[in-house]
Amino acid sequence: MKKTKMILGLSLVAISGLILVAADHIDAPATMSGDAGDITDVYAFQGQNTSNLVFAVNTQGLLSPNATGAATFKENVMVEINIDNNGDNIEDLVIQAIKRDDKMYFFGPVAPGTTGTTSTIKTSAASGNVTISQYGATALTAEQNGMKFFAGPRDDPFFFDLGQFKAILGGTATGFKNPGTDTFAGTNVMSIVVEVPKTMLGSSSTINVWAETKKKQ
Amino acid sequence: MSKTNKFKIITIALVAAVVSVNCDNNDSNGDATVSLDFSGTFVQQDQMARPAINTVFVASGQPKDDFNAAIPSAMGAKYQSIFQSRLLALNSGYTTNALGQTAAQLTGLLATDVLGVSKTAPTTFFDGTNVLTGRALADDVIDVELLLIFGGPTGGSNPTLTKDNVNSNDKAFGTSFPYLASAW
Repeated sequence: MKKTKMILGLSLVAISGLILVAADHIDAPATMSGDAGDITDVYAFQGQNTSNLVFAVNTQGLLSPNATGAATFKENVMVEINIDNNGDNIEDLVIQAIKRDDKMYFFGPVAPGTTGTTSTIKTSAASGNVTISQYGATALTAEQNGMKFFAGPRDDPFFFDLGQFKAILGGTATGFKNPGTDTFAGTNVMSIVVEVPKTMLGSSSTINVWAETKKKQ
Repeated sequence: MSKTNKFKIITIALVAAVVSVNCDNNDSNGDATVSLDFSGTFVQQDQMARPAINTVFVASGQPKDDFNAAIPSAMGAKYQSIFQSRLLALNSGYTTNALGQTAAQLTGLLATDVLGVSKTAPTTFFDGTNVLTGRALADDVIDVELLLIFGGPTGGSNPTLTKDNVNSNDKAFGTSFPYLASAW
């Protein structure tokens, strides 16, 4: 009886895991919820100072407030912001972020050693570091070399009635509700935010941006 | 010298020693980055640019892992036709969308998962004027994607599928760094 209950509980967890997949939250078997390597969303926008661009990479989606205090960045997972400034979708510059002790260290923007799926950390291009903000405490930010840095828990900025979308795909609904229900309301992510002067990103008027998590082998 | 005084002197000496050791440590760590170990090879585990692309257009299981391990310059050739089949499965009546894109053109754009960002224009997923010039925190990216997938050439087709009626985040964003709202 106990075993049956446990199996039932586990399948419910598995099912809700499947349903709660969105922007890129827990999007694949190898990057499940709570995995430091799972990117949930990437943002790129002009800063308060319009001479700057801001990059935000969120990981570890759907953290409940109860689970957020225990969530951490991992020292073997590097977050890499890739920037293509000549339109070939190959990175010309990278900004790398990785945790050591209680701090997040940043490197670049700098040309990568090699492009593609394998990277080394560009230690010769250290650009700054910031103490990782704690859950429930004031956000700690740092400003070095004209760049600004933040790392720590934040509210998930993504919003979507994912539940209803899944019902539509599953054939149990024919359209969205009005008002809809934000599946991501009240949940948190682990965020890395960097603000960079546009002049450090090359001379093109547009860039292509994507984020990657890379794990130490 | 009394025993108590001797004890005090020893204590002071010990404290001083500890303090000076701390100072030495601080001195040698003047540039903390240099003394830390950042060596090793790091291999791609996840990749992402535009929201919900892998989720919506790539089949569950191994294909999603494969997409996460792909690099953008190789995605177009590998994924355009897969995305087109998926688009037509989602909306069998697809002709063109509000941007005038055929199924091949829309999926050709989406299959290469990069986020175009302007360094001169306002940065937004779509604000009525600028299209795919960035992604701001408050952008209703899902409505944009739903409109392009289901809205037809005028944006007026399938009106119950082109917006989810969740139009903003559940916390206000900041106007200054780090912009994202505090955790719940």
